Amino acid sequence: MTATSSGHRGLVMEEPLLFEQDADGRTGVDLPDAEGRKPRLGGLERKARIGLPGLSEPQIVRHFTRLSQKNYAIDSGFYPLGSCTMKHNPRLNEKMVRLPGFSMAHPLQPQQTVQGCLELISTLAHWITTLTGMPGVAMSPAAGAHGELAGLMTIRAALTARGDARKTVLVPESAHGTNPATAALCDYKVESIPANERGRIDVDALKAAMSEDVAALMLTNPNTCGLFENEILEVADVLHDAGAFFYGDGANFNAIVGRVRPGDLGIDAMHLNLHKTFSTPHGGGGPGSGPVVLSEPLIPYAPLPYVVADGDGFRMVEHDDSGDSFGRLRSFHGQMGMFVRALAYMMSHGADGLRMVAEDAILNANYVMARLKDSYNVPFPGPCMHECLFDDHSLKDTGVTTLDIAKGMIDEGFHPMTMYFPLVVHGAMLIEPTETESKASVDQFCDTMLHLMERAQSGDADWFHEAPHLAPWRRLDETAAARRPVLTWKPEEEKGEAA
Amino acid sequence: MRYLPHTDADRQAMLGVIGAKTIDDLYIDVPRSALLDAPVDLPHHQGELAVERALSAMADKNLSGANAPFFVGCGAYRHHVPASVDSLIQRGEFLTSYTPYQPEVSQGTLQMLFEFQTMVAMLTGMDVANASMYDGASGTAEAVLMANRVTRRHRAVLSGGLHPHYRETVETYARYGDFEIASQNLDPDGVQDLADLIDENTSCVVVQTPDVMGRLRDLTVLAEACHAAGALLVAVVTEVVSLGLVKSPGEMGADIVVCEGQSLGNPMGFGGPYVGLFATRDKYVRQMPGRLVGQAHDSEDRRGWVLTLSTREQHIRREKATSNICTNSGLCALAFTIHLSLLGEAGFTGLARLNHEAAQRVAERLAGIDGVDVLNETYFNEFTLRLSRPAAEVVDALAERGVLGGVPLSRLAPDNDALKDLMVVAATEMTTDEELDALANALQEVLS
Amino acid sequence: MSDRLYSKDHEWIEMDADIGTIGVSDHAQEQLGDVVFVELPEIGRAVVQNEEAAVVESVKAASEVYSPVSGEVVEVNETLTDDPAQVNADPHGEGWFIRIRVDDMSQLEGLMNEEAYQEFLAELD
Repeated sequence: MTATSSGHRGLVMEEPLLFEQDADGRTGVDLPDAEGRKPRLGGLERKARIGLPGLSEPQIVRHFTRLSQKNYAIDSGFYPLGSCTMKHNPRLNEKMVRLPGFSMAHPLQPQQTVQGCLELISTLAHWITTLTGMPGVAMSPAAGAHGELAGLMTIRAALTARGDARKTVLVPESAHGTNPATAALCDYKVESIPANERGRIDVDALKAAMSEDVAALMLTNPNTCGLFENEILEVADVLHDAGAFFYGDGANFNAIVGRVRPGDLGIDAMHLNLHKTFSTPHGGGGPGSGPVVLSEPLIPYAPLPYVVADGDGFRMVEHDDSGDSFGRLRSFHGQMGMFVRALAYMMSHGADGLRMVAEDAILNANYVMARLKDSYNVPFPGPCMHECLFDDHSLKDTGVTTLDIAKGMIDEGFHPMTMYFPLVVHGAMLIEPTETESKASVDQFCDTMLHLMERAQSGDADWFHEAPHLAPWRRLDETAAARRPVLTWKPEEEKGEAA
Repeated sequence: MRYLPHTDADRQAMLGVIGAKTIDDLYIDVPRSALLDAPVDLPHHQGELAVERALSAMADKNLSGANAPFFVGCGAYRHHVPASVDSLIQRGEFLTSYTPYQPEVSQGTLQMLFEFQTMVAMLTGMDVANASMYDGASGTAEAVLMANRVTRRHRAVLSGGLHPHYRETVETYARYGDFEIASQNLDPDGVQDLADLIDENTSCVVVQTPDVMGRLRDLTVLAEACHAAGALLVAVVTEVVSLGLVKSPGEMGADIVVCEGQSLGNPMGFGGPYVGLFATRDKYVRQMPGRLVGQAHDSEDRRGWVLTLSTREQHIRREKATSNICTNSGLCALAFTIHLSLLGEAGFTGLARLNHEAAQRVAERLAGIDGVDVLNETYFNEFTLRLSRPAAEVVDALAERGVLGGVPLSRLAPDNDALKDLMVVAATEMTTDEELDALANALQEVLS
Repeated sequence: MSDRLYSKDHEWIEMDADIGTIGVSDHAQEQLGDVVFVELPEIGRAVVQNEEAAVVESVKAASEVYSPVSGEVVEVNETLTDDPAQVNADPHGEGWFIRIRVDDMSQLEGLMNEEAYQEFLAELD
């Protein structure tokens, strides 16, 4: 790489931390003068300086613009992260959430003054229950994992109400890490169920694990290998016959929206990630929103608060007189900003368009699988759903790993796929193109992947080990970062003291 | 269908490569009885204009802080957000990127989060902060779980001044996580002592300042009592702007600080998404929940950032993780960071002062109305009134007059009769003299 | 040939009278990758055979270190706290984890010697 005197490289700008651009007395806002009243703080006035940096507005705008330019994003390219559903985020959603009637409404205003907000939540709930074929939905969970928590707590409350103190939750070994973590948070013992040779849950193993101690099975369907659990109706029967509940992880709903309703599959509770299937932006890792749909027996135990139709209007139930609800999981009513975006998206697609979303999503994934399957090893034969899984068998003896392929993809201008997940295959590469990629874009991606495998098999391991070569940064040393964590910036004088 | 690029010819060509005749061949593993042949019973697709009209009609039904005199607080606040905040967070590279798992192509998000962590640590007076939680209430529950891990004890003491939503959230996590809670009731007549409730099984004391009635609390003595008993002090701040004027919880001895960060950069938005701030001491960092960004260097020795200490998290540790949390509030944390960096030291402390003075003006004016008592000795930008009538009725009557006057405490804690006549009133830099006139006049009318 | 004995979970123990020094095998450290953190038990804690005695972490993985036999912790290798890389560099020497006073010497009988462990590893492949 050619060194430059500025440190910039063409359009890639070096950008110091905000704190390194600080000048005392500089600000990016102009505020009116204070009156100079005597404070009513009971002697608790802050005396110490906070240490916040002073910058002007143009410096701030340039700083964050430069930072943004160091990010890969859906807007700029193909982002095939399996299990994450990186689809296009429509800008209409953003426009709608900024309507002052939504953005400037306070969650504790009198309910008669926020009927439009309650109507929106109720309308979205109707879309969700209709698309899932489930009778109820709890809207408040803040994200997918929070929805899982709400679902499992609802199940535990229902079991407790019938005097049933079950202590075990079953989780397939291919599950997202949030599933066992959520079960543990609800004080359940987690038991792992193996996959069969077809990448699905082993129903015999499930039957063997069933007992009166099993509260629920948490199953992702389509599963994390990108496959539909074809024995799902039998799985539901096994659970229900033993008095257990069937929790569905709806992270992969994008494959079936409008074509299959979880309510027809025997599911009792399932969260949906609005930031996956329903296009609310990922925002660099959040915020999400995780409404959880519920079967009839679970509805009374749903979390607070919830919206009900009441005469001509709507009412938010914030306290539960019956004592059945398991309680509250957060402040206020839910991720309203995500609700507005998701409803704008659903209305745009409509019942007809949402079917096409699912169909084009699985078409793209199966197309990628078909084009790559002679080059990359497919551990479980298709058809797949909205994502396709490869293992690293084809890389054997090349000296190139799944991680190296991922870093090579960066040089080729693609965001890497999900790697090393699910854990049930070696060196997993999980590719989810989503329905918003054109054929030309998917073809270019496939051509690149074929080229990378050819390059790996031709003995070019050194190039891979050094990759990425062309990204704004070279490979970062995560080991050193974890051994000596530096988690905040400190002024020079403090660093000196610490050393 | 404007969001779908394929033409029918594309679809046919792709099916051909796959070796399938129809899309339904790809759904072969779905039980036939469960595969829908027709669209579900919902409206069909619509253009932008139609969707915009339908949603605008809903938005227009709301009274809001944009079109009414506004004094509502209790955990969410109406503040002015500079124009550049919203412009920058809508850059596609921030808006449409994912969790920065691939650091070489995610340095924008990572550097921003490192700056966020640093500023949160500065504000709270702590050593280290994570890359954000869902909101203040769930963050508080996570803080209690963390204190249980650190102390290996299983009993949390909750102050009566803790926002009831926060308290209920912690109680939910406790009921299902099998630990004990000792809660005080909210006492309108004074700040209660908590030291008596601490015993040898106590993992932490959770205390909010300013509390849900707006009262400030010196935590110093309580922190000493906690530490003497081997417990941690968890400090909760629902109005982060207060930290511009009030001593930080870290300075007063807190071990974990949780804040609701909505006030900076984020609209009230009818309750979410918000951003939970979570900070602690260095020695507890491995027991922290949530994502953390750390400094690193690349193979050419350039400084950069990576997600670090990930072995605490669910995607690696599964059932042994410190939390099940996966998503953070990345975009809200970005808005927070941009707003706070625009303010800087001078702007942030100045903003806090404007808030405090606005509240003083409102309190003084309302105190002169018959049937109104201001209960607070101390407050930052919200305070509590005792009214001569039940507060819920008064708030409704004010709303009929087009004024959003405050929060009746009975809405948050309907079982506590002592709160029936109490209303919490908030003011910020956005509160105008005209709004104050409208509230004072309407309140006078309602109470007379 | 050393007197080191191995468990199927890839821990080793070396006895000196009734004190056993415990670490992880070279194979285990290789599987784990660069170690970034080690969590050690407090001195005096009772550890139980085949149950967690310590935790070892790399960037992408965390593993429990199981005690091959039961006993009481009498010493821990504090140097690993500052320099966890010792586990990679010298797993059978400077990279030891804990020393315990063994409760029941007969528990050692179920463990493998060097030769048996190497055979065990060969079978794993």
